[in-house]
Amino acid sequence: MNRRLALLLCVLALAALPAFNALPAEHPLHVPDFLVSVVGKWICYAILALAIDLAWGYAGILSLGHGAFFALGGYAIGMHLMRLIGPRGVYGHPVLPDFMVFLGYTELPWYWLGFDWFAFAFLMALFVPGLLALVVGWLAFRSRITGVYLSIITQAMTYALMLAFFRNDMGFGGNNGFTDFKELLGMPLNTGATRAVLFYASLATLVLVFWGSAHLTQTKLGRVLTAIRDAESRTRFLGYNVTQHKLFVFVLSAMIAGLAGALYVPQVGIINPSEFSPGNSIEAVVWVAFGGRGTLVGAVLGAFSVNALKTWLTSVAPDLWLIVLGLLFVIVTLLLPKGLVGLLRRRGS
Amino acid sequence: MSGTGLYVDGVTVTFDGFRALNALSLVVEPGELRAVIGPNGAGKTTMMDVITGKTRPDTGIVRFAGRDLTKLDEAAIATLGIGRKFQKPTVFDALTVFENLELALKAPRGPIACLRWVLAGAARARIEAIMEQIGLAARREDLAGLLSHGQRQWLEIGMLLMQEPDLLLVDEPVAGMTDHETEQTAALLRGIAGTRSVVVVEHDLEFVRALDCRVTVLHEGSVLSEGSITHVQADPRVIEVYLGR
Ligand SMILES: Nc1ncnc2c1ncn2[C@@H]1O[C@H](COP(=O)(O)OP(=O)(O)O)[C@@H](O)[C@H]1O
Ligand SMILES: [Mg+2]
Repeated sequence: MNRRLALLLCVLALAALPAFNALPAEHPLHVPDFLVSVVGKWICYAILALAIDLAWGYAGILSLGHGAFFALGGYAIGMHLMRLIGPRGVYGHPVLPDFMVFLGYTELPWYWLGFDWFAFAFLMALFVPGLLALVVGWLAFRSRITGVYLSIITQAMTYALMLAFFRNDMGFGGNNGFTDFKELLGMPLNTGATRAVLFYASLATLVLVFWGSAHLTQTKLGRVLTAIRDAESRTRFLGYNVTQHKLFVFVLSAMIAGLAGALYVPQVGIINPSEFSPGNSIEAVVWVAFGGRGTLVGAVLGAFSVNALKTWLTSVAPDLWLIVLGLLFVIVTLLLPKGLVGLLRRRGS
Repeated sequence: MSGTGLYVDGVTVTFDGFRALNALSLVVEPGELRAVIGPNGAGKTTMMDVITGKTRPDTGIVRFAGRDLTKLDEAAIATLGIGRKFQKPTVFDALTVFENLELALKAPRGPIACLRWVLAGAARARIEAIMEQIGLAARREDLAGLLSHGQRQWLEIGMLLMQEPDLLLVDEPVAGMTDHETEQTAALLRGIAGTRSVVVVEHDLEFVRALDCRVTVLHEGSVLSEGSITHVQADPRVIEVYLGR
């Protein structure tokens, strides 16, 4: 009960941010715009962290490619945002986004069809990451590829996608990606009201994903995943089709990551191939490790705390960030195997 | 009473020319409790491997429930009703005693079925009964990782029982157990036999005596002697290769 109350208070505190942002600038409780957008981003990261935790913390699948699922979700919504620019682009073409006009496209590629509908783009933000996870997971799990080999394969996956999305002829804007978005669902971007709506949509999604994950881990499926994590062949011996179970959680996790990416892109206003960079996926795993894998609170706490540190550090000493990230990883591995949550629990008891 | 016995006939297994099993023949009656003893390297574990389909013999057949097990794979043999307890206990440390047994319960095993699984009264009663039988009812909410070595072995036997096997193969269950735990394990296995056949591989002669059953002595991959524990202990060949040392 205590725990629930604490969680509720955290959600309420977050929810207060855009409300205080709406206060006049001279008001003592006024929250600056940048804080709302930065926390909005962290919320998306927290959703990604939950996705990674479901696969890694609960089922032992250490994916170092979840940044790819996140980026694909972002690209799906980005395509929609590009379509909504319409004739307002620099070249004023009624249909084609600027980069296509620039590259000499005469018509929209077939895989852009449908993205003028929000619902379609939204479904694709879930479907495409899910499909990719299904294919990669099926190939890997079926051949009983586990541990570090799976991590390497997923790193290769996100790296390959990064190279592909860098190419101009892929039709996704090459290294510039998508930007200069104008509106979403009839709301002009870059207004305080839209920022608040996107913030609340992300927060609501975080709460929903958290609640759903908490429920899932309490079911027998959650216990089977734990069993697979700790003794895979024993679980197989009990008659469980381990491949199916791992695929299920891996695909679900990829879809959640895609959802996080879809919420992220309208808030930051840009998506480009650097989102696929292998380092991003590793960083996201560090959030979960730092917060405490195998606990949902830990994943969320890790995403918020590491990113708060990053935001602060990149403003005071940008060169230090990668070193600190590496140090965090070493500290967690050697001293805090259960992360922040483990530390807090030890203090508590 | 289960109506299916185990017939091992002329089974030979060679590893790089070395005969781990040498024309081994053995019959276990339905519902029988059988102890298999023998010095290290006698082929006891290899015999279990052949019965469960982990190792394919060069020659010979293994008949159970009207099928030749040497033609089936491990999964098919398991579903035919043969459960095996390995030497090293493998229970799920991060789950409770109850949850370990629940995972072993006969039920649909797909991800969606597990997601929607609700523990019904009959299944709960079955888990309760097994927990009583293996003496862990009081530890139901404890994580398996907190159990003693002996209790973990019982839990694993319980997990095998959840799958309602007709034949249970148990490899060296009392290694590392206290004397008290050893006695309790003997009582547990005696209680399990009768409704199903049980084959126990063991080194510990005190334990085998406590099992109070027919004993098969293996030596260099074939049967050296068979009969009551008093009978085999009096057999000069057995004394020479095993007990005399
Ligand atoms: N996979 C294997 N490859 C090679 N030799 C093996 C293999 N498995 C068992 N053996 C050998 O076969 C003999 C019987 O082994 P095992 O069945 O484990 O004996 P026990 O369980 O009675 O101690 C031993 O000499 C062992 O070294
Ligand atoms: Mg052995």
